[in-house]
Amino acid sequence: MKTNNVILETATRILLFIILVFAIDIFFAGHYYPGGGFIGGLIFAGALVLLLITYDIKTVAKFLPFNYLVVIAVGLLFAVGTGIGGLLFGKAFLTHWFTYVDFPILGKLSLHTAVLFDIGVVLVVIGTAMAIIQTIGESD
Amino acid sequence: MSLLHLAIISPLILAIFIPSLHKRAPKIHTGWFLLPLPVLLFGYFLSFLPGVINGEAAMETLSWIPSLGIDFSARVDGLGLLFALLITGIGALVVLYSIYYLSKEKEKLNQFYVYLLLFIGAMLGVVLSDNLIVLYAFWELTSFSSFLLIGYWNYRERSRYGAQKSMLITVFGGFSMLGGIVLLYLMTGTFSVSETIAMAGEIVGHDLFIAVLLCILLGAFTKSAQFPFHIWLPDAMEAPTPVSAYLHSATMVKAGIYLVARLTPVFAYEGLWIWLVAGFGIITLFWGSFSAVKHTDLKGILAYSTVSQLGLIMSLLGLGAAALHYPEFENGFYTVAITAAVFHLLNHATFKGSLFMMVGIVDHETGTRDIRNLGGLMTIMPITFTIAVIGSFSMAGLPPFNGFLSKEMFFTGMLRAQEIGFFNMDTLGILFPIIAWVASVFTFLYSMIIVFKTFTGKFQPEKLKVQKPHEAPIGMLISPIILVSLVVIIGFFPNIVSPLIEAVMASILPTLLAAGMEFDVHIYHWHGFESPELWMTIGVVIAGILLYKFMPRWTGIYTRMPERFSLNSAYDHGLAGIQTGANRFTNAYMTDSIRTYLIYIFAFFVLILGATLITKNAFALDLANVAEIHAFEVVLVVIIAVGSVSILFAKSRMTTIILLGAVGYAISLFYAIFRAPDLALTQLVIETISVALFLLAFYRLPKKWHHERMKFKVSNAIISVGVGLIVTLIALSAHSSKAFESISQYYVENTYTKAAGENMVNVILVDFRSFDTLFEIAVLGIAALGVFTFIKLRMSRGKEQG
Repeated sequence: MKTNNVILETATRILLFIILVFAIDIFFAGHYYPGGGFIGGLIFAGALVLLLITYDIKTVAKFLPFNYLVVIAVGLLFAVGTGIGGLLFGKAFLTHWFTYVDFPILGKLSLHTAVLFDIGVVLVVIGTAMAIIQTIGESD
Repeated sequence: MSLLHLAIISPLILAIFIPSLHKRAPKIHTGWFLLPLPVLLFGYFLSFLPGVINGEAAMETLSWIPSLGIDFSARVDGLGLLFALLITGIGALVVLYSIYYLSKEKEKLNQFYVYLLLFIGAMLGVVLSDNLIVLYAFWELTSFSSFLLIGYWNYRERSRYGAQKSMLITVFGGFSMLGGIVLLYLMTGTFSVSETIAMAGEIVGHDLFIAVLLCILLGAFTKSAQFPFHIWLPDAMEAPTPVSAYLHSATMVKAGIYLVARLTPVFAYEGLWIWLVAGFGIITLFWGSFSAVKHTDLKGILAYSTVSQLGLIMSLLGLGAAALHYPEFENGFYTVAITAAVFHLLNHATFKGSLFMMVGIVDHETGTRDIRNLGGLMTIMPITFTIAVIGSFSMAGLPPFNGFLSKEMFFTGMLRAQEIGFFNMDTLGILFPIIAWVASVFTFLYSMIIVFKTFTGKFQPEKLKVQKPHEAPIGMLISPIILVSLVVIIGFFPNIVSPLIEAVMASILPTLLAAGMEFDVHIYHWHGFESPELWMTIGVVIAGILLYKFMPRWTGIYTRMPERFSLNSAYDHGLAGIQTGANRFTNAYMTDSIRTYLIYIFAFFVLILGATLITKNAFALDLANVAEIHAFEVVLVVIIAVGSVSILFAKSRMTTIILLGAVGYAISLFYAIFRAPDLALTQLVIETISVALFLLAFYRLPKKWHHERMKFKVSNAIISVGVGLIVTLIALSAHSSKAFESISQYYVENTYTKAAGENMVNVILVDFRSFDTLFEIAVLGIAALGVFTFIKLRMSRGKEQG
């Protein structure tokens, strides 16, 4: 007999987006406030784990058709690519560049290549957490 | 590259071509391709003779590693030339002999001649090299090629045993010699032999001098089979007879003699050198001749005889070194020992080479070398018999052969030993002539055994493997005939070699010669009745004949000493003991238990750090820089402490996991109150994940698992308390002795201006020190891949279960 998980499922639907937004906020705020790639990635992975708990692995895999090992590779490429970018402009490996731009609605913001590096970190952290949890979960 | 260098390495070059020559011309015995080379080289080295006799040394240098002072410099002086002539001359004869000795069809000739060429080249390199490192390189090449030659019949167990034994002993000495060379370099700053000799007087008092002396002597003694390192030589007799004749009588075993002679001018000022060289020489002389008598294998007798003769030469070199202490003394009084050594070196090469070849012929024609099976061959093999008589009588020291002359000079040298007025020679020196005389009696005895047990007595064809023994082919006889002719010629006209001997002495005792002076060597047969040497020789002959007549009555003394006290069994048991000992030792500490290894690691950690703390007096406690303690921190510390200690006493693993989680969360609280929000966040999430993973592992434990409290072990408790204590002490000391200001101020000032961020931690992670982060995420990726592969790729285990 299948247990009815309707409360959990409903709660997940609401909570998932709150958690994801929180994760993205933590990630982007990282340069100015506590947070950053590591913790943002972990919270993001936490949201996905909530999905895994609510549904089963196959369902999650159906609407998130990622191979998480590829995600790790892409993350590492981001990080290394940012470093090589520095080399292309005749600077040392992993030299970052930033500027301030006035956006129409958002106002004055800084654009920073460190964010690209942090995206790499986030992707690797999400990929690692999910790859470990999924492989352990699938194994029997 | 000069012609001289080319001559030294020409055997190595020819060795490259031997295998293809062997393959291309299978009908011709490969030895014929070899034969011209040593003959040519002999002629080439003869061309140096006039110059060397006039006291000129040829010197050619070839840069090899100039930055390290290592040059392939070749120097031809008297000593080098004598050895080079011996090596090439006897080399040519041995090659000729081996052509008839080794069968073209049955033997792997290409291998044999490649090894032999390697050896010839290496030996020429040893004696002609003026650079100690190059000398060492060639020295090891002789050990190596000799190893290959001894093990030539590698399908025989005894060959492999003999090869291994000789390798171990000679390489042991070789390494020691290398150590000596390096130490010598530390004293002199040069690897050049001639420069070292020139500096001899300056280094005598040096701290390293005795160490160098011992190291070098160890090398020389092992190579030249001196007591107690002689045990490899009899076992090396498993080699083919041409090899025994060449390596183990004429050349390689004299490499040590060469080394001692070469370095005599450096070390002879030290009394220890004289005592060691002369003492070990005379002991070897006696022990070798004494042991030779009990053997029944002809090659065994010859092996021990070689050992004993090498000891004779060595002891003469040792006593002759005393001559350097009397620079003003009448020319020739003490130097007679050196003359005798050089002369006997030459003589020994001639008669021992011929004797080995004789034994090879007997072996080849009868199928056995055991004297108990041989006898009555005199009429069957008359030429071989003649060779044996001349060789053996020369070895025994009978007139008119050359052995008599060198034996007389040997007695002269020994008798003069006690007249040396220092290093206790005047008192203990009396032992030298006595031991020498006794050893000569035994030498006489085994020489007679070789001749008379083999060739006279009753012919026993039923004991021989070959049914109808007959005289050897002429090709096999040429080499020994040439050698015994030399024995006779030098015996009758010894002064034809005296110019060469004078030149050799000039290179052994260079400081004794004033400019333009020469050693004056005249060798006489007849010393007159008043000379004690003559009466000693007569005594040797009488005692030897008596001992030979009554041999069965006294040979019982050889069985008195049980086999297990012999040096061979000491070597065998020592070798086995090293193996079992190493095995036991390794098994004792490599327990395969990770617990034990952790104990080692932590115990070492505690000991090394604790000892450093104490010996360096590094413990410091400075409370000036300490912050105030708040109640909140005390509470957290109590929670963490209680949690950690409870883990040790928890009965269930579940409790352990929960407690560990509690400690982790308490630490994240610590981060929070110590104002590290990023760390606190990460610690919370990571702690959650790891507790989840622990629980996962917990539920996978086998069902039959018993819930048990951790067992208490005193050693574990002591070590863990020790580790905790040491780490605490080090942390306190490190905190108390801050040497300089932190660099954090730079980050505080530049986080916004240079990196456009306000979260300093994150800016450090992704900007200032992002290189670390890059590899940390790489570590994460590798961990994920690792988990993935471990779980997905369980092919073998799946098959076992399936």
